[in-house]
Amino acid sequence: MKIMTCPLNGPRNVSEFTYGGEFHHMPDPVHADSRQWAEYVFFHDNHAGNVTEWWCHTATSYWFLAERNTITDDIIRTFPSSEIFQERIDFNASTALNSEGK
Amino acid sequence: MPFGLLKYGLKKDYPENYHFTPASTELKKHYDVVIIGAGGHGTAIAYYLSKYHGINNIAVLDKGYLGGGNTARNTAVIRSNYLTEEGVNFYNESVKLYQNLSNEFNYNVMMENRGQLTLAHSDATIRSFRWRAEVNQHMGVRSELVDRQTIRELVPNLNMSEDCRFPIMAGLWHADGATARHDAVAWGYAKGACERGVELHQLTEVQDIEISNGKVTAVKTNRGRIECGCVVQAVAGASSVVAKKAGIALPIHSYPLQAMVTQPYKPLLTPHVSSPQVHVYIHQTSRGEFVIGGGSDPYPLYNTRATLDQKESLAAATLELFPFLSQAKMMRQWAGVTDMTPDYSPIMGLSPVDNYYLDAGWGTWGFKATPICGKTMAELVATQRVPDLIKPFELERFYRFEQVNEAGATAASH
Repeated sequence: MKIMTCPLNGPRNVSEFTYGGEFHHMPDPVHADSRQWAEYVFFHDNHAGNVTEWWCHTATSYWFLAERNTITDDIIRTFPSSEIFQERIDFNASTALNSEGK
Repeated sequence: MPFGLLKYGLKKDYPENYHFTPASTELKKHYDVVIIGAGGHGTAIAYYLSKYHGINNIAVLDKGYLGGGNTARNTAVIRSNYLTEEGVNFYNESVKLYQNLSNEFNYNVMMENRGQLTLAHSDATIRSFRWRAEVNQHMGVRSELVDRQTIRELVPNLNMSEDCRFPIMAGLWHADGATARHDAVAWGYAKGACERGVELHQLTEVQDIEISNGKVTAVKTNRGRIECGCVVQAVAGASSVVAKKAGIALPIHSYPLQAMVTQPYKPLLTPHVSSPQVHVYIHQTSRGEFVIGGGSDPYPLYNTRATLDQKESLAAATLELFPFLSQAKMMRQWAGVTDMTPDYSPIMGLSPVDNYYLDAGWGTWGFKATPICGKTMAELVATQRVPDLIKPFELERFYRFEQVNEAGATAASH
């Protein structure tokens, strides 16, 4: 059994978690064009080595970040997203997107 | 008899030909075409280039050995019952080329037309099967929705009980489904290419790709630098890693896919059987072993280790369909690293670098496409024109939001 440590729930079986994709900063919602969105949504580093990813503890719907090695399958560290996101993200920009018709 | 066989095998003038002509020890300074990856796809591109386009100053480079990657690790399913017009057209051409492959090579790839049965355990799946059958028939592919009685006749030992977790309600019968010996496909292509002057260099790792003014000029390998007219990459699970050396990002995640085989049995099962509901596909090889594969692992990894979770779910799903295998012993297990795309379709054709061609994103569906991919990619390299058949699969489709969605026809139902 592979163990992953959830920042909220402590060490649990990895089968309780869902992989949520690579961690990347979202493009600026006001100025990003459709090409940048395509890159953000579809394209991946798919790096062989240490990566930072989103994970979710499925049972409690708790989202957090993990550092993992994609060659050895070692989980190096897990931490709450508040380490990176200290302020609330302003999504008001979505109205600007609609007015551009994108 | 055993001694006779041993003597035959050890004879200096061993009467069988090699699978391919080993290249001269040194790499040349320049090749017109450098193909990275000596699997089925890489050798097929070299074969069609040398046989039909008169280009034979080609080097096929591989970090490992001929056909040692996913060519040796897939479960050898050939079929064309996809969902989109683009997908069905493309894979159907591949199935047709497979039918004549042994003749083309004068070498037996052990093609067997077994048919393929996909099982529906819910109304929603039956609806999607009707859709697929309609699209398939329209494109000239033999594909039809079949009822429980027909399933019983096709696969008499399938568990047709209505008293189980997921009773079988209907099936999608694909008479064109087939299998072939996967190693032999790569060997046949390599043999044919090498006979026409192509050089196959094993244990030759591409470490860097030199680009100037938006064009590839050379590749650096662990055995020296080679100048080249163009480069084709056909490296499956390592697609992102190699493309990055050319400065190209791909919409790919690499996931391991685990499979296993049982001990051999008498011939019991003719077609391929797959179930998208319980995530398993099974067929019996001509040696008698049951080959069992399922979905990819739940998270990306560049590693072919085994996990108990995945083996357990494969075994449970297998027993749901074929309870008589409960006493079967597992002989081998393995994994391959699959390069999964968001729309479950490949990425073929041009790249942001002028003379660098992509043959990637083959996920869990690469083996069945080997011949047509080799043929069309060779045409692209030789003529610089993207053949109509592969145009829908270009990398640029992701920027235009024009994915070719084959998720339903691919995931865990090969």
